[in-house]
Amino acid sequence: MIEEAGPSRRELLTMIGKAGGAIAMYQAMTALGHAAETQFTGPPALSGARKGSKVLVLGAGLAGMLAAYELRKAGYAVQILEYQARPGGRNYSIRGGDKIVEVGGATQTCEFQPGNYLNPGPWRIPHHHRTLLHYCKAFGVELEPFIQMNHNAFVHQTKAFGGKPQRYKELATDFKGHVSELLSKSLNAGALDQQVTAEDKARLIDALRDWGLLDGDLKYASNVHVSSQRGYDRAPGGGVNGEPTPSKINSLSDLLDSKVWTQMGFYFNYVMQTTMFQPKGGMDMIGKAFAKQLAGLITYNAKVTKIAQGDAGVSVMWEDVKTGKVSEAKADYCVCTIPLPVLNQIDIQVGAPMKAAIKAVPYSGQVKIGLEMRSRFWEEKYSIYGGHSFTDQAIALISYPNFDFFKDKPAVLLGAFANGAGGYQLAGMTPEQRIEAALAQGSVFHPAEYRKEFMNGVSLAWSRQPWILGCCGSWTEASRAQHYQNLVAMDGRIVLAGEHASYYGCWMEGALLSSLDAIERLHKTALAA
Amino acid sequence: MIRSHRQMTRRRMRRASAIALPLAAILCAWTVGGRAQDTAGGGPSSVKVGGEGKEVFETICQACHLADAKGGSGIPALAGNTHLADKDFMVDILLKGRGGMPWFNDMLTPKQIAAVATYVRSHFNSYSEPVTEADVQRIAGGAKASPRDCATC
Repeated sequence: MIEEAGPSRRELLTMIGKAGGAIAMYQAMTALGHAAETQFTGPPALSGARKGSKVLVLGAGLAGMLAAYELRKAGYAVQILEYQARPGGRNYSIRGGDKIVEVGGATQTCEFQPGNYLNPGPWRIPHHHRTLLHYCKAFGVELEPFIQMNHNAFVHQTKAFGGKPQRYKELATDFKGHVSELLSKSLNAGALDQQVTAEDKARLIDALRDWGLLDGDLKYASNVHVSSQRGYDRAPGGGVNGEPTPSKINSLSDLLDSKVWTQMGFYFNYVMQTTMFQPKGGMDMIGKAFAKQLAGLITYNAKVTKIAQGDAGVSVMWEDVKTGKVSEAKADYCVCTIPLPVLNQIDIQVGAPMKAAIKAVPYSGQVKIGLEMRSRFWEEKYSIYGGHSFTDQAIALISYPNFDFFKDKPAVLLGAFANGAGGYQLAGMTPEQRIEAALAQGSVFHPAEYRKEFMNGVSLAWSRQPWILGCCGSWTEASRAQHYQNLVAMDGRIVLAGEHASYYGCWMEGALLSSLDAIERLHKTALAA
Repeated sequence: MIRSHRQMTRRRMRRASAIALPLAAILCAWTVGGRAQDTAGGGPSSVKVGGEGKEVFETICQACHLADAKGGSGIPALAGNTHLADKDFMVDILLKGRGGMPWFNDMLTPKQIAAVATYVRSHFNSYSEPVTEADVQRIAGGAKASPRDCATC
C-alpha cells in the first residue's frame, strides 16, 4: 500500500485554524481526539530563520529554555542570560549541601542524605500536561508515578473529632453514605417528585443504595458491607478467627465538622486527577535536561539591569553578580521570561500597555518545608505509602515520599505546603521557627514518631527568594480583561513568556505553552520584517 | 460499506460541533471558578490573623518586608519610609495591591488594615497619627474585596 504524503496532523490543524479561525480548529482538534485535554498539538515546526538573526532569552527557566531550544532549531542564534547559578528557575530541587539564602540574609544549608530531596516548587505533573510530558520524553527525563490519592492518609481539622485525625476512606465513605441516605429518603417521601420522574426516582434510589452502601431500609449503618469501604475494626483474616468486625460509622454532625468534602472535591480537580507523575531523582531533572540541550548557550549569574529596543534591535545590559562586571548583549529579538515582581523593577523599553500589565500581576507567596526522618514510620506503622494527609493548620498538609518504599534509610517528608495566611505566617518566621512549627503541627498525624525520628529540615519561602519575590502570578477576572492581552502581545522586538503569560498559571505546562505561543509569533514577526 | 473520506470527516465534524459548546462553557467556568493553581487541598485554613497591628504585621507583612521592616532585593522597606507620612498611602496599597504585592482587602478587615497601618507608621516610623477604620472605608470608597482567581494567593 502506498501512502500519500499528506499534511501532518499539526500542519492540518494549522491550515484549518487559518481558514476557519480558532473555533473551527478547536472542533477539528476535538474530532482528532485530543483537544479537550490540551492545547498542545506537537512541537512547533519553525524553520527558515533569516541568516544571522539572533534572539536573546532572559531567564533559564522552562519557558526560556524551551524558547531557546525551538528557536535554535529554527535557525536563530540564541543566547540565554540567567540570574541564578543553575538552570530551571522554579523547576528546582534542594539536596544535601545546597545553600538557600533569603532576602534579609537568612541562610540555610540542607543536610539531607544522598538521594533525598525537596521539590520546593512544582512537584506533581498531571497526565494531560502533554507539552511537558512530550519534552520529558524527548529529553530522556525518567518519570515515575506521583502518588496523588491515598485513601489511607489522614484528614485533620482542629475543631473536628477533638482534633484527632481521621482516615480519608472513613470520612469519604461516611459522607457519601449519609448523603445517599438523606437523598434517597427524601425521594421516597416524594419531596423531589416535582424534579424527578417516577422512573428516574426508582433508578436514583437504586443507585444511592448501591453507591452509598445503604441497607434494605435505605439506612447508612455500621455493618460489614459498609466496612468493605471504610475499613474494619478487625480486618478479615484466615482460619478460626477469620471473621471481620465492622467499624463504627461517624454521625452526620461529626462528619460535617471534618469538611471532608473539600478533599473529595480536591481530587476531582482537573489538574489534580490521577495519574500524576514526578521525575525520578527530583523535579530539577527536567530543568537539567533542557539545559543539557542548550550547552554553552546559558550565561549564569547574569543580572539584567536594562532592556532597550529600537530599529536596529534589542540591547540588554547585565551585570555579572560574582564580579560586578557590566556587559551589553545585543540581538534582533528578545524573549523575556523574568518573573513580573522582578521585571517591574527593571528599566524596560516597552509601551505603556505592557508596562501597566507588568505591574498589574501580584505574586502568591507559598512555603514548602522538607523534613528528613530517620525511618519511614508512616509506612511501617500507619500503612501510608505516598499521598497526602491534610490539615487546616498553616502547614496545610504533609505529603509522603513516592519512591524508595520499604527501604531502611532516612526519607524526606514534605512537611508543609502553605499558602494564604498560613503561607505568610510561615514565611515571616526564621528558618528555625518554620521547622519548629512544621514539627509541632505535623505531629498531630504521627504524635509518637514525628519529633523522635526527625533529623533535619529545610524550608523555602517563595516571597523571600530574591530572584522571583513570590511563587506565581495571580490574575483576577478584571485584571485578565484589562491587562492579559497587553502582557502577551509582542511589543516591538520583545515578547514575554512564562506561567504568568498563560491561563495555566503556576504550572510548568503554562510556562511551556506560553513559550511556544510567544516564539511562534516572534518567528512570524521576524520573517515579515 | 465504503464511506468516502469526506463523508467521514463531515460526520466527525458534526459530532465535534455538537459537543463544542458545552465544552467551551466548562472551560470558561473552570477559568472563572479558578481552582487551577496547584494547592495543598487542605480545605479552609484555621489560621487566624490577630486584630492588633503588631500581630497583623508579624503574621502577614514580615513574610516579605522582613521582621525589621527593612525589606531588600527590591522589596520596599517600610521602616523609615517617607511615603508613609501620607496616611492614605499604605492603606491604598493594602486595598489595591501594587506590582508584585497582592491586595489584602480579602484577607484583612478594614479594622485590621487600620491597625497595621497605624502600627507600621508609628513603630517603624515616627508618624503617630492613627489610621482609623473610617479612613480605610473612605479610601476604599465602597470598593468590594477583589476575589483572586486561585486558592493559593
